[in-house]
Amino acid sequence: MDRRIIGVETEFGVHYSHPGSRPLTPEEVARYLFRPVVEWGRSSNVFIPNGSRLYLDVGSHPEYATAECSTLDELIATDKAGEIIMQRLIDSATASMREDGFEGTIYLYKNNADSAGNSYGSHENYLIPRTVEFRRLSEALIPFLVTRQLYAGAGTWVTRPSEDAFGAAAQPHFAFSQRADHVWEGVSSATTRSRPIINTRDEPHADAADYRRLHVIVGDSNMSETTQLVRFGATDLVLRMIEAGWSLGDHQMENPIRSIRQVSHDLSGTAQLNLRSGRHRSALQLQEHYLEQATRFVAAHGPHHDRVAAVLDLWERSLEAVRTQDFTGIDTEIDWAIKHRFLTRYRDRNGLADDAPRLDQLDLSYHDITPGRGLFALLQSRGAAARVLTDDQVQEAIDAPPSTTRACLRGRFITEARAAGQEYSVDWTTLKFNDRPMMSVSTKDPFATTSERLDELLATLPQPSAADDPTRSGPSSIRPV
Amino acid sequence: MPQQQSGSSSQREEDLGPGPAPAPGGGAAASQANTADLDSLLDEIDSVLETNAEEFVKGFVQKGGQ
Repeated sequence: MDRRIIGVETEFGVHYSHPGSRPLTPEEVARYLFRPVVEWGRSSNVFIPNGSRLYLDVGSHPEYATAECSTLDELIATDKAGEIIMQRLIDSATASMREDGFEGTIYLYKNNADSAGNSYGSHENYLIPRTVEFRRLSEALIPFLVTRQLYAGAGTWVTRPSEDAFGAAAQPHFAFSQRADHVWEGVSSATTRSRPIINTRDEPHADAADYRRLHVIVGDSNMSETTQLVRFGATDLVLRMIEAGWSLGDHQMENPIRSIRQVSHDLSGTAQLNLRSGRHRSALQLQEHYLEQATRFVAAHGPHHDRVAAVLDLWERSLEAVRTQDFTGIDTEIDWAIKHRFLTRYRDRNGLADDAPRLDQLDLSYHDITPGRGLFALLQSRGAAARVLTDDQVQEAIDAPPSTTRACLRGRFITEARAAGQEYSVDWTTLKFNDRPMMSVSTKDPFATTSERLDELLATLPQPSAADDPTRSGPSSIRPV
Repeated sequence: MPQQQSGSSSQREEDLGPGPAPAPGGGAAASQANTADLDSLLDEIDSVLETNAEEFVKGFVQKGGQ
């Protein structure tokens, strides 16, 4: 597909800390966090004016699902905007909790595991043509997904190596991926019980005759914009090759779940992975192969968007860094390398052992979304983490939906309905006023940015009179947070 | 809806001071350019972390998600 709909769903970890006082459960904190959302939308599961979805998911995880995006810049901006929206929820919850006598601190982590080993996800959705045979696609894709952590991993300090991590060093060490140890199957319909790499739940939110959804739930939550660029950009390129019937060879793994752990716990990238064919390949070899194929594919077909060169460049430099074990070429651009650089220097400067709890705490802090406190945010503010976007682009995405997909129809509908005080219902493919259900607008084409039916529906709203206070109908008064 | 940072985090921002503009392209050159700044953050990060690291980390337990 030349243009592809991509979205990412992020579950955040909730942590309330107030040393010496009664702890609050994540459920209690989540209720405070979502109080303004419920006041705004009468539900803890709402679509917001930027077209994205904000809700409380399994395990009281605040979750943010980006609107449909068709460019990498839109996707990264919309995802990062979600962090700011969550921060606003922290601010209002902190104030409400103070009123109730709770003086502690709320932390929201954009990471993938708590201290007890419970995991939660960063789920990618890629729209793919129904004509591509899913079994062929997943067989070709899994070896790529198992090994892309060389640049897509968020990194983690493993202070207490567990015995069940296949191939893991027995000593405390740094690993590419936090999520890798929490997936248990290649392809399945499970989510929480036995997490797969690819989940088969097929919800295209579009015409199912034309499209299906590819739901990848193996990824780490990324903080770095540049890491996101190469993660989504490289995955999209590999999907393009598969869709085009470009031969990627047979690299099916004998045991993808063992392999993904081997890769994560081996920063050298050279651990030999058993393939079903009886051959062996390292993560580096496999990724070099995919990169070479992608480079040839782009040379043959031309770049399909203006970030392709940047994606290929960072992909190549990441593999070079792992190959040479000199991470300085990517240590402002790839999450695991940014984190590794800071944590190892902190350890060395303070003479800490590799199992020091402070390293666990810094690992968590890297994913703390609060500006001025979270380690990644501090690093970025000091130029130690590169950007793809400007602050203005991210700020804009808090209220503005992506302009290249139907998300802009949803955003417009929500904004205008609320300005008119009209009761409405929204999901990914339907927009309707509750008192006119027969006039509901179906938005089955995710690429459609105009809709005559929506124009007609909105034309039935009373026009705001000039006497109305403009600040009352402006966008800032109608966002939930 | 309160739009301002909570008191504690804005206080911390002041403590640490504003940094230079983010590196546009990253890479080795940028890494070297901000080494001094990273060094200062290595010293200052302790002031934003809660003191009992072990207790703090163990206190973060949540049910699994998807």
